Amino acid sequence: MSEKSQKVKDYRFPRVLRDRPFHYCPGCHHGIAHRLLAEVIEELGVRDRAYGVASIGCSCFLYYYFDVDICEAPHGRACAAATGAKRARPELVVFTYQGDGDFAAIGLTESLHAAARGERITAIMINNTVYGMTGGQLSPTTLPGQRTTTTPEGRDPRVYGYPMKVAEMLAEFPGVAFCARVAVNKPKRVLEAREALRKAFLAQIEDRGFGYVEFLSACPVNWRLDPIKAAEKVDELAETFPIKVFKDEI
Amino acid sequence: MKPILVKGSEAIALGALAAGCRCYFGYPITPQNEIPELLARELPKRGGVFLQAESELAAANMLLGAASTGVRAMTSSSSPGISLMAEAFSYMAALELPAVVVNVARGGPGLGGIEASQGDYFQATKGAGHGDYHFLVLSPASIQEAYELTARAFDLAEKYRQPVMILTDALLGQMKEPLILRKIKPRKYPKDWALTGAKGRPGRVLRSLFLGPGELRSRNELLQKKYRAMRREVRVESYLLEGAELVVSAFGSLARIVKEAVNLAREKGYPVGFLRPITLFPFPEREFRKLAEAGVRFLVVELNCGQMVEDVRLSICGSTEVRSLPFPPSDLPAPEDIYREIKRCLRSPRR
Ligand SMILES: Cc1ncc(C[n+]2csc(CCOP(=O)(O)OP(=O)(O)O)c2C)c(N)n1
Ligand code: SF4
Repeated sequence: MSEKSQKVKDYRFPRVLRDRPFHYCPGCHHGIAHRLLAEVIEELGVRDRAYGVASIGCSCFLYYYFDVDICEAPHGRACAAATGAKRARPELVVFTYQGDGDFAAIGLTESLHAAARGERITAIMINNTVYGMTGGQLSPTTLPGQRTTTTPEGRDPRVYGYPMKVAEMLAEFPGVAFCARVAVNKPKRVLEAREALRKAFLAQIEDRGFGYVEFLSACPVNWRLDPIKAAEKVDELAETFPIKVFKDEI
Repeated sequence: MKPILVKGSEAIALGALAAGCRCYFGYPITPQNEIPELLARELPKRGGVFLQAESELAAANMLLGAASTGVRAMTSSSSPGISLMAEAFSYMAALELPAVVVNVARGGPGLGGIEASQGDYFQATKGAGHGDYHFLVLSPASIQEAYELTARAFDLAEKYRQPVMILTDALLGQMKEPLILRKIKPRKYPKDWALTGAKGRPGRVLRSLFLGPGELRSRNELLQKKYRAMRREVRVESYLLEGAELVVSAFGSLARIVKEAVNLAREKGYPVGFLRPITLFPFPEREFRKLAEAGVRFLVVELNCGQMVEDVRLSICGSTEVRSLPFPPSDLPAPEDIYREIKRCLRSPRR
């Protein structure tokens, strides 16, 4: 299938985004990830056959911002809903947009099995190490010692074990064609993140397999940091969660 | 047309194929495995999709995703699996997605057993998941009817943009009967809500989160209006109502045993009739009320601890006597067991 590629060479507002203010907190990285996603959908020329799954978390209002078809899925089940849509209409370009709680806690089974089956979908996980929407509770990706509202003394590995490294895990699946962890706290990283997203979409467009991009993402509000300090803290996160392309078969 | 000999579960799968079902998602569980096994053979041949999911949770959400694109899709399971799907059903009802769900019910609670049971009547008719929503529920009593109702379920699902459940049990699912594979002509309904890619139009959304003032109330009112409109679809089987002083009511496969008991009683001259709800939701309230107004008493026979009897009592609002004859899941009752109770009812003075 040939895709008409419309390279975005300037900084126009992406046509795939609706022109309305984000509801995200100041300094939240969801907004940057949205913009990149919109640019990539536009660049790949797949806006007219895009199908997004909005998950339950801070990004549940995905449909306020993206001018593409979007379905809401129950908490954690985005990859299953995406599987159903893609199998029903393989011509659609199907993506999920999920938090770390949605993807890796309640929905881990659906996420891993979709990857294992090599579903031709693109999964985006926003890893901010907490449950943002419900007020900053422990997540599978919370760092040891990190304070959350349900680990007021910090995550104790003897009680909750260690952070779950999802990208590393997914890279092991033969069904996964592209798998990367990215960050958007520095301009260079933003460009790399964009390229990773592009490839994660090509994975399904070129019928190669499951595409996955994990964003290390700041949640200033629940980290109790100002936006600049929160962006800096992402570097600290990267010591546990390496920013890296783990698999690239594109 | 020459009849073929099939199990009830197979008749359901054949009904789905006849109605143009394109996608099936499910997870193995006894006593309904004949449905996925038949569809695993037949759907791919017809360009359709068969996918065994990693759990009922995943299956129900795959169904949600497929249904959102406007294709005919279904899942099937048995009681514990249906429990696991409940959250997705609530979302599907809220998103107004047409889909068909089959419950070949078994005994409960818990792991229960795999014998025939009607213990999921409440679960089926009252919604199973959270919030004010309903399935449209159909319950067949024969293998021919299982085929016809399954096919019809796909039309009704699209007509009302609504999940439809076929509630049956291990008895009907496992037994064999002749089936005439009547040709089905699927009806066509507008799909101006389906997510097919936003070519030449703005992006569409299917959502159930409503936070604006009054939004959720309007949403619920819309759903309730639809549930009231669905009353048009109410169907019953009535038999020997003429001159009946007692009407015995049962649904699904058990209704056949009950019907035999009613025949026995009539042969002995007892004034008894039979009423079988085919739609369990909406419940045939009017049909029961009319009989109650004529002074008829009721005996409700079920393969559970007494569930449908509550809907019969609600329908007639205390205007006549309603007795319950529950058979909690284990062995099936014989027609004579029911016949004895019919005699007892008719001999006892009105309460
Ligand atoms: C079945 C169910 N359980 C719990 C919730 C409550 N809930 C909503 S969002 C959420 C976690 C969100 O965290 P995450 O996925 O990391 O996304 P973020 O908000 O951080 O972007 C939870 C637990 C729910 N909506 N449904
Ligand atoms: S709570 Fe955190 S993840 Fe959610 S919008 Fe605010 S900053 Fe972003």
